Amino acid sequence: MALEIVESCVNCWACLPLCPSQAIYEAKPHFLIDADRCTECAGDYADPQCATICPIEGAIVNELNEPLNPPGSLTGIPPARWAQAQREISAR
Amino acid sequence: MDLPVIRTGGCSAGSCGSSAAQTNGLPDDIRRRVENHPCYSEEAHHHFARMHAAVAPACNIQCHYCNRKYDCANESRPGVVSELLTPEQAVKKTLAVAAAIPQMSVLGIAGPGDPLANPERTFATFRMLAEKAPDIKLCVSTNGLALPECVEELAKHNIDHVTITINCIDPDVGAQIYPWIFWKHKRVRGREAAAILIEQQQKGLEMLVAKGVLVKVNSVMIPGVNDEHLKEVSRVVKAKGAFLHNVMPLIAEAEHGTFYGVMGQRSPTPEELKALQDACEGDMNMMRHCRQCRADAVGLLGEDRGAEFTMDKVEAMELTDEFLAEALARRAALREKVAAEREAKKARAHAPQPQQAVITLHRPSQKSALAGRHVAPEGRPVLMAVAAKGGLIAEHFGHAREFLVYEVTGAGAKLVGHRKTDLYCAGDDSCGEAVDVLGRTIEALEGCEVVLCSKIGYEPWGRLEAAGIAPNGEHPLEEIEPACVAVWHEMLQAGKLAQPAPERKCA
Ligand code: SF4
Ligand code: SF4
Repeated sequence: MALEIVESCVNCWACLPLCPSQAIYEAKPHFLIDADRCTECAGDYADPQCATICPIEGAIVNELNEPLNPPGSLTGIPPARWAQAQREISAR
Repeated sequence: MDLPVIRTGGCSAGSCGSSAAQTNGLPDDIRRRVENHPCYSEEAHHHFARMHAAVAPACNIQCHYCNRKYDCANESRPGVVSELLTPEQAVKKTLAVAAAIPQMSVLGIAGPGDPLANPERTFATFRMLAEKAPDIKLCVSTNGLALPECVEELAKHNIDHVTITINCIDPDVGAQIYPWIFWKHKRVRGREAAAILIEQQQKGLEMLVAKGVLVKVNSVMIPGVNDEHLKEVSRVVKAKGAFLHNVMPLIAEAEHGTFYGVMGQRSPTPEELKALQDACEGDMNMMRHCRQCRADAVGLLGEDRGAEFTMDKVEAMELTDEFLAEALARRAALREKVAAEREAKKARAHAPQPQQAVITLHRPSQKSALAGRHVAPEGRPVLMAVAAKGGLIAEHFGHAREFLVYEVTGAGAKLVGHRKTDLYCAGDDSCGEAVDVLGRTIEALEGCEVVLCSKIGYEPWGRLEAAGIAPNGEHPLEEIEPACVAVWHEMLQAGKLAQPAPERKCA
């Protein structure tokens, strides 16, 4: 049972001090979670703290590789609208 | 100490012939405290430098105008920086900058996240700097969520400038600005999140004022979301003792990847911004000259000298105690000189103004002939853009990265705003936008009838005229306010001020 930080992490430090198990560490190119230490916050908090403060959609995933914060869940931008905006920008 | 409620007053209406410095309405003790702060004092920003250190990466809320992923070399919005510093690095950089630029008087921590969501890093920076350069003032900008629990600590560090970004006091408005906050180990969303944030901001504001700490309020004007509401915000924060309210325009482009940018929320026009600032001004001191500077900008306001002080250059410097003491002495000497110059300027401004007497002789309107020479001649106010440097008309039109906008009448010139010429990624191919920089500059000068600069090229001269803006290079290196008033009088004599401002032609 462990979460994982993946490449979309922007190294914002928000998660690190919140982890009750000191499982998160600074690394290059992005922060990492020590899978042996991570408890998914079970017994400490109702919600995994790293994924609860992380501002970046998709940066933290579970063991099934599912993002805890899927596209649109944090910014409020519907994924279809986001894709359309990207297309418009590259067409300019 | 309770701060008195502040009103604009004194000679801010221009009645004494001097221009309306925005600190004029402030009580004496507060005015003294803000005098040297380039972000607060309209006067000081010509003479003093500030820098921000990016030591606070984490944030505890999400705003719809912010994208935490953004890191573009051409970024010029606040809160976006490329070089994250440790507290030790930030202190070393500040000391190096303050040694090279004796105008340096303020260090601010404003991001890239929220300073109070990173209290250890923020306070460590302030503590270390206070030891090595006690003359440098410290300030903090915050979204306010963690403010109440930090007030004690802030007061301990003797930090006397705090800026709170307050965009609303109504949770229904807030729900359209803040999608979530991190609160007591939960992600709280929607109206509930906004209600908690607002409560914390207001509590923090009250606690700081009760401790005698200066509080400035920043608001982002978001058309259709909080524009009308900000008038109410202005009234409330004034009543609670905030000493300045700074209304900034939303900057939203799809390229920025923010909610507002992608969803097509528009920014306010310069006119809309000015109208709102005018509406709020009845209630309190408004700050009009905020540059929305990059959070890691170094140098006198409006110039960015960051490239001279990258961290590897700073790390290579050796800062001995002796060197630092010398730098401290140089800063003290400069401050004394500026203070003396300001006194002299004040004395001149209060002396009788021969220029006004001459003009009233030329075209005595009925009213002014009866009332005596101190009544300003009749004529509507004119907006003039100035390419300024160090308080003078000293910038070439084509080199100006921003223009100060003055509202000019026969009685004086009042700074009412500034317009940037490189707001977004202008001129950078990687943004995929071919930009007509001159066209954008002219667009940015919307509403202005005159541009004063030290020099101007042939092409921009013609394009400005075609757009209905009169270029004026006749006052190089002169003080801004008298020059603006002189130009206004020329317009009056030419009969241009009898009719309303001409409609802008398309550039
Ligand atoms: S889920 Fe909890 S224990 Fe695991 S890394 Fe995140 S904060 Fe630490
Ligand atoms: S909060 Fe998210 S983006 Fe920030 S460091 Fe942690 S994983 Fe990376």
